[in-house]
Amino acid sequence: MSTERWTTGSTGRWCRASRTATTLEGMTTAVRVRGLTKRYGEVQAVGGIDLDISAGEVFAILGPNGAGKSTTVEIMEGYRTRDAGEVSVLGVDPGRPTREWRSRIGVVLQTANDVAEATVRETVRHFAGYYPRAKDPDEVIEQVGLTDKAGTRIRQLSGGQRRRVDVALGVIGSPELLFLDEPTTGFDPEARRQFWELIENMAHQGTTIVLTTHYLDEAEALADRVAVVSGGRIVAEGDPATLGGRATAKARVGWAEEGEHRSRETDTPTRTVLELATRFDGEVPELTVTRPSLEDVYLRLIENPS
Amino acid sequence: MTQTVTRAPAPPIDRQPSAIRLGLSRAAFETKTFFRERDAVIFTFSFPIVLLLIFGSIFADELEGTGLNVSQLYVAGLIGSAAMTGFQNLGIGIAMDRDDGTLKRLLGTPLPRSSYFVGRALNTLFISFCQVVILLVIGVALFGLELPSEPSMWVTFVWVFVLGVFGSALLGVAVSSLPRSGKSASAVITMPFVVLQFISGVYIPVTQLPPWLVNIASVFPLKWMCQGFRSVFLGDAGATLELAKSYELDRVALVLGAWVVGGLVLCLTTFRWKSRRDG
Repeated sequence: MSTERWTTGSTGRWCRASRTATTLEGMTTAVRVRGLTKRYGEVQAVGGIDLDISAGEVFAILGPNGAGKSTTVEIMEGYRTRDAGEVSVLGVDPGRPTREWRSRIGVVLQTANDVAEATVRETVRHFAGYYPRAKDPDEVIEQVGLTDKAGTRIRQLSGGQRRRVDVALGVIGSPELLFLDEPTTGFDPEARRQFWELIENMAHQGTTIVLTTHYLDEAEALADRVAVVSGGRIVAEGDPATLGGRATAKARVGWAEEGEHRSRETDTPTRTVLELATRFDGEVPELTVTRPSLEDVYLRLIENPS
Repeated sequence: MTQTVTRAPAPPIDRQPSAIRLGLSRAAFETKTFFRERDAVIFTFSFPIVLLLIFGSIFADELEGTGLNVSQLYVAGLIGSAAMTGFQNLGIGIAMDRDDGTLKRLLGTPLPRSSYFVGRALNTLFISFCQVVILLVIGVALFGLELPSEPSMWVTFVWVFVLGVFGSALLGVAVSSLPRSGKSASAVITMPFVVLQFISGVYIPVTQLPPWLVNIASVFPLKWMCQGFRSVFLGDAGATLELAKSYELDRVALVLGAWVVGGLVLCLTTFRWKSRRDG
């Protein structure tokens, strides 16, 4: 089912070859949302959202707290009812979840403190029994890097280790589609990197992943496409590398000259660098070329949603 | 986007695990983890035992003209109380499950909702059964309780126990929606349970209570459960101590049966899978 091409990036880690422009058409749709709205009393949490997520894609939903992203995801997960709009997740309306549908999706919720007294292995095995096509519990524990802790009670795990149990329980049923709600909140940097590798591996095996996150580097590292939600609407959507015109925005060239830092904004950074190289006759001191980061674009988008 | 929507190819039809088997699996999982929470285990099991030891030792007198002593009355009452532990266990346990994410996590899996309740119910039945056995052993060993020898008495015991456990368990499931959070659950649920024990004849014989309190108690299952257990453990000699001068077993069956049915309806109509903050 997966038509992705994988290349080894310059860092030696797996990274996904961009294919959003070329292969979207003709792929099967994992999630389709049209005109979704949801209101809590006076508050319009979701004000008309359209989304298409293809099978095999890693899709990140970004947005500030209260923007409506959790509501949107919880409607797709079958946890909440909607006021209006069409939603189809793996061809099923999540407003009427069935057991068969539930066994095809995996959900990793935000913080939970349950199953404290059971060990990791007991818990994963127990949950494996819920699914018709469960993975091997020991393999899943291995995948999330908890083999050493398999016999430990969940109460005694660190926050990051607990989160991996959540992921193990989310994937134990071999889901076709996995929802991850702010999966790495509270992780140390090393644990986050390991977690990213886990997600990349799952995506590599063809699992569709829908992820919400506050970390823009996370979205950039993992997602094929991102949608920025603000005020209950999608204000931008696309490849994280080109979102909001990032790739073609003015670049800032910086260097050091006569003991101070200089910079210039330009549409033609290559020419500027060549000029500088000529002027310095070779190496330009402290040379940098930067374009707006995803964070810059994101902050601009949520401040001026139009 | 001009993408055409095509349905994902239908996956091969999988056999879903049976709801009964999953209920048994839940029961085993819950029971295993329950017994690991040592403080809760000690509290649950020692509470009726300590009360039996205290009351049984203080009131060792013989009851007028019956050949029975007061401690036997307490054994019967505390067995009623033990059979109603489900009210407390489930009222608090489910409120905690709702608060700590257990219910939300389960809701996201293909586990049938009924399997969760089957697991909870069997777990409750098992814990209540253990408590009753311990109380009977102490009653026989220390307080001269005589176990009934006629099979018909044990038949009565079984139906009072099963109807009582399920009726009060369902009531517990229903009240689990009342506490605002898992933290407050223990206080919210324990209070009415203790009050109910005092007005239902567990600690104080119903004959010594004002009629209006007896009327209140008569609405709830505990009074009838205690009455049923007295009929088993005190026998005909004790019937004269009852308000109606009889154990009224037909009414016991009626009220407990009504609680099983009514409790089920109450649960189905009021049960919340989500905590208040989840909307």
